[in-house]
Amino acid sequence: MQISTAALATLAALSFAGAAQAQSRDQISIAGSSTVFPFSTAVAEQFGKTGKFKTPKVESIGTGGGIKEFCKGVGIQFTDIANASRRIKKEEVADCNKNGVTDIVEVKIGFDGIVVAQSKSGPAMELSKEILWKALAKQVPVNGKMAENPYKTWNEVDPSLPKTKIEVLGPPPTSGTRDAYVELVMEEGCKGFAEVKAITDAKAHKIACTQMREDGAFIEAGENDNLMVQKLNANKDAVAIFGFSFLDQNADRIRGINVGGIAPTFENIASGKYSVSRSMFFYVKKAHVAVVPGLKEFITAFTDEKAWGKNGYLLDKGLIPLPDAERKKVGDEARALTGLNLGS
Amino acid sequence: MTDVLPRADISAVRKLSAEEQAARLKSRYRADRRFKFYGLGAIGLALAMLLLLLGSIVLQGYSAFWQTHIKLPIEFSAELIAPDGKRDRDALAEGDYQGLVRAALQAKFPDVSGRQELRALTGLLSQGGADRLREMVLDDPSLIGAKREVWLPASDDIDMLHKGSISASSGQDERRVKDNELGWFDALTKEGRVESQFNTRFLTGGDSREPELAGVWGAIVGSFLTLIITMLLAFPIGVAAAIYLEEFAPKNRWTDLIEVNINNLAAVPSIVFGLLGLAMFLGTFGLPRSTPVVGGLTLALMTLPIIIIASRAALKAVPPSIREAARGLGASPMQVVFHHVLPLAMPGVLTGSILGMAHALGETAPLLMIGMVAFIVDIPGGPLSSATVLPVQIFIWADSPERAFVEKTSAAIMVLLAFLILMNLAAVWLRRRFERRW
Repeated sequence: MQISTAALATLAALSFAGAAQAQSRDQISIAGSSTVFPFSTAVAEQFGKTGKFKTPKVESIGTGGGIKEFCKGVGIQFTDIANASRRIKKEEVADCNKNGVTDIVEVKIGFDGIVVAQSKSGPAMELSKEILWKALAKQVPVNGKMAENPYKTWNEVDPSLPKTKIEVLGPPPTSGTRDAYVELVMEEGCKGFAEVKAITDAKAHKIACTQMREDGAFIEAGENDNLMVQKLNANKDAVAIFGFSFLDQNADRIRGINVGGIAPTFENIASGKYSVSRSMFFYVKKAHVAVVPGLKEFITAFTDEKAWGKNGYLLDKGLIPLPDAERKKVGDEARALTGLNLGS
Repeated sequence: MTDVLPRADISAVRKLSAEEQAARLKSRYRADRRFKFYGLGAIGLALAMLLLLLGSIVLQGYSAFWQTHIKLPIEFSAELIAPDGKRDRDALAEGDYQGLVRAALQAKFPDVSGRQELRALTGLLSQGGADRLREMVLDDPSLIGAKREVWLPASDDIDMLHKGSISASSGQDERRVKDNELGWFDALTKEGRVESQFNTRFLTGGDSREPELAGVWGAIVGSFLTLIITMLLAFPIGVAAAIYLEEFAPKNRWTDLIEVNINNLAAVPSIVFGLLGLAMFLGTFGLPRSTPVVGGLTLALMTLPIIIIASRAALKAVPPSIREAARGLGASPMQVVFHHVLPLAMPGVLTGSILGMAHALGETAPLLMIGMVAFIVDIPGGPLSSATVLPVQIFIWADSPERAFVEKTSAAIMVLLAFLILMNLAAVWLRRRFERRW
């Protein structure tokens, strides 16, 4: 069995080499949300091009996964930065602290709009959060009582809408976009119904507000937003829910539907008028700043006006920047490595 | 099969008249032909599906091998490249090469003014243009002060426009290329300054967020390094395990248990191996994340059962007479195996191993857990530097919003398919070359 002995020896040698390598690292390691991924990678690439540091490595493993890796501990085998399409939760901070990750710098980088879109050749529609909730919730008020969602066409939900089949493509529950959609549209939309308000049990109330229907009117279309754009092209009656940057890139084929009378445009999302948008963040492990070369410079590169400013290159990638005053404040705090404050 | 028909029945068959016999024979031939036709139909259907798949990929992807370039008269002005007069590499590398491009475009379109307009004008060209000029100057510093016509890559939107993916006839608000950009581009086209050139960067570059600069070479190298590690581990261990289990191990409850487990492992979803890799190689051994070493180890775990099963089948197919003859001539059990059985079983072992490797080449799920689903620009230098692999590259591009990544995705699929076909051809060739029949 000489061959397998050799193989085992190789394995042993490799793990030693790995251990030796883990003593120092000259490449920034970033992991997290797939929504922040396009922006994080764009900054990483520009950062690498300056030639002083290696191009950071950016993993796309989802917000939850990214924060989990981030919170595993301090040391160069752990990631330096976590990308998140929502704010870090208190439980996650507690988990971080337990593993010795105590000093965390939070950087809010901008907004990502969630749009409801349809094919250009589809019938014109005007939606609101109430209509979206009524069309997509599993249980809706029918004759004063909560019942399985009976609506098959849009005009049954609201007479102003066309008589087309309700067919909405959306992200699956594993996606951060879905979480944000449920929070920003469904939970808001259900507030307008007395029958839902009448549910006193907090848990039942939440379920009534957030549960999506499962009878085929809402279709979980996977995480690939390009696929949804293609499906909209193929089916003019369908409606899809995805990130603003995909609408921006495909404006010749699809159009955004107004929600509550506000069009999902760059200006409206940036000013906050279009309310179905979420903030994006990245979190930096302060303990790594002194250890991993370039980490501080990376924060500076990300918070540079050339990147996230009003005319920065991240805008071409679909980022919707923070308002001027907030951007300046967040940028200053980030560069000064001000610690995270989640409030009480 | 061995059922004996009752005599009465046989006599009944014999009583058939000549016509009846002919009719029966005919119907049997008809059934024969029908079956052949079904078979052909199945193959035809499968071929049609395959052609549809390949056709759509090739049609969508072939254009990615070409890239629109724009020729500009570049003045390598010393003020922009090295204002302080220094000529060493570091100073030259920091020059404002984007400024050179901007100046050339402004000279071409002198009436463009205003920040937004100028931004749009420089946006015709890719940021890669500046890198190209930097390389040129670093290679030959004597260019400074000279004026040259240089082909520079166009930006992804312009490239899409030139390839027809963005239609100029739709309204201005609906397309990414605005009317003024269209005007400039048309003017450049009329002067013969626009050309489609072979996109060498796609085959030689690493990943990029700019579709026109993105390449698959980084992913190819990553896949290669990962597969080498996988092969170095899985092949010897797999073959050794197969030889022991097939030739030496006693047949008892323990070996039965091992066999059941190996067969089970071959059917375990690959993500499970990723979780194992995360816990073991990253957690316990402390190997660095996102590296081909960890990827190779994880994929080796995944391919091991496949190799063991294929190798055992190949060993089993060697007739016992070979072993008996060798033993009869006084060979030790080990000599029997290594001098006679294994060489005869090798074609089957190799075929199984290569197919296992091809399977590993196409995996993404286990790599997600160990950090190889990542954006990595630099070409990996060795098994311990960060890397990604071809299928992951395809996955990342398929998920990018930029329209130009659609063709890049299909082109990367073509590259992956080419490698898979090569590996499968190697398997076929090895089998033909070494196959023995008894």
